[in-house]
Amino acid sequence: MTSLSSAEPTRRDFLYIATGAAAAVATAASIWPLIDQMNPDASTIAAGAPIEVDLSPIAEGQIIKVFWRGKPIFISHRNSKEIEEARSVDWHTLPDPQPDQARVKPGHDQWLIVIGICTHLGCIPLPHQGDYDGWFCPCHGSQYDSSGRIRRGPAPANLALPPYQFVADNKVQIG
Amino acid sequence: MSGASTYQPRSGFMKWLEARLPIAGLVYSSFVVYPVPRNLNYWWTFGGILSFMLIVQIVTGIILAMHYTPHVDYAFNSVEHIMRDVNYGWLLRYLHSNGASMFFLAGYIHLFRGFYYGSYKEPREVLWILGVILLLLMIATGFMGYVLPWGQMSFWAATVITNLFSAIPVFGESIVTWLWGGYSVGNPTLNRFYSLHYLLPFVIVGVVGLHVWALHVVGQNNPTGVEVKSDRDTVAFTPYATIKDLFLIICFCLLYAWFVFFVPNYLGHADNYIPANPGVTPPHIVPEWYYLPFYAILRAIPSKLGGVVMLVSAIVILAFAPWLDTSQVRSARYRPLYKQFFWIFFLVCVGLGWLGSKPAEGGYVIAARILTAWYFIHFLIVLPILGLVETPKPLPNSINEAVLGKGAGITPQSAAPAHGDAKV
Repeated sequence: MTSLSSAEPTRRDFLYIATGAAAAVATAASIWPLIDQMNPDASTIAAGAPIEVDLSPIAEGQIIKVFWRGKPIFISHRNSKEIEEARSVDWHTLPDPQPDQARVKPGHDQWLIVIGICTHLGCIPLPHQGDYDGWFCPCHGSQYDSSGRIRRGPAPANLALPPYQFVADNKVQIG
Repeated sequence: MSGASTYQPRSGFMKWLEARLPIAGLVYSSFVVYPVPRNLNYWWTFGGILSFMLIVQIVTGIILAMHYTPHVDYAFNSVEHIMRDVNYGWLLRYLHSNGASMFFLAGYIHLFRGFYYGSYKEPREVLWILGVILLLLMIATGFMGYVLPWGQMSFWAATVITNLFSAIPVFGESIVTWLWGGYSVGNPTLNRFYSLHYLLPFVIVGVVGLHVWALHVVGQNNPTGVEVKSDRDTVAFTPYATIKDLFLIICFCLLYAWFVFFVPNYLGHADNYIPANPGVTPPHIVPEWYYLPFYAILRAIPSKLGGVVMLVSAIVILAFAPWLDTSQVRSARYRPLYKQFFWIFFLVCVGLGWLGSKPAEGGYVIAARILTAWYFIHFLIVLPILGLVETPKPLPNSINEAVLGKGAGITPQSAAPAHGDAKV
């Protein structure tokens, strides 16, 4: 490219820059489909649509596991003892501070719905185990309480909450 | 014809790299300062177009392979999944299927350019033979790729073509069973075709490397067929050939895009949208258009083994062109008789292609036999005799004389383009 020695840009400069800009846009437009094709396709998105779960068969104290978008989801029908244990601790002192009330829907305190993936390295923690009346992860020893919060062990965060809402008193839509 | 590399790395990093792996110098000497005849016309851009199409096919193919399932129960549906569910899947599929057609179109133009201008003649025999090998690899790759969607045409094309090998005496049946991996075309066949279809394009890349290497050793032919004699006959590859190639690649892509976006199924066969049914043979089995001339030759010969032999010979005979053609003159520009036979040959090939799409009955068979006979007569009789009896037109003394006129006062062109050149 000729370097400008005088003030006036020439027609050639304009053409070079315009061609370069057009080529850049064309390249980006050509490359985008090659990248976007690896994003979830329509059938995968359809398979990940929200699911409805009927809560009536779940007894008090029972924890069931459902799958949504390939992830295990624990639905825990907590009894009053478990709720009390979750709320009596000073949540500010926990490794990942969060009150139990923020982890359930108002008016549905007995239903704890969490994603069953240990926040350490991704194993599925075992329900009704550990010292906190919650979950115990066998891989590296993380322990979660009856609100799914991390209490002891290498996991950095509480069990994640999936998006969900109650469509009826005993029916919940996850996703 | 490759000049000494004059690449001088300027930055510290490039000096360091160049001393350890002189790849920048190689690219510089092969594609920047490399001298090409100054009179190359647009028929010389199809090598670049073919390289571009090879990259397109490999990129789209690898992406399609992320979504395709090579199993007889899932293959057809996985292709429909690509078309309907995968983001831009329809585009990638149509790019790949029409890309194959464009690849062959460019390949045949490239081949016919070689025939017209005598590019296969001494000292470019090895270059030419590598080209014939590339054609064979392309034919194999395209055939196996077409089987993968597992439509009716996929299945029956696989059956017909693999059955060709049963014509081989003594070992034919065992070879066919070995190819199939079973007692008929089935899942083992589909799986191995998928593996080989993924492999062969990279074999093609390797042979293209040899092809370009062989080219750079002897240098390009040119429309006069007169070899380069001095620096005045050549210009640097960059920017002249680079921009000429790029321009025609873009024009070629316009044609390609017209097929992909407006008539993406025109070159295909509707029957391939029917899932493969081993119990029902389609009424007219036809291969894709780029195989039609060879298909016509195969069906023209009444004997089974004879048809297979002639089919293979039709391709292999191309490799012998450097020795079958006895003319001392390369380019058809200066061979008035050969020029006419060239166009007859071209029409014969197109005619064979058309006949390949017709049912093998009645007048079509007779016509196919006549044209097949002419195809081989062209190579075995016309080429050898023509070189001996033809009176060629007088050749120009050199390329630059042909381009610029005799004795015209021209400034000597060095390998690097002069700054601020007003005209060539």
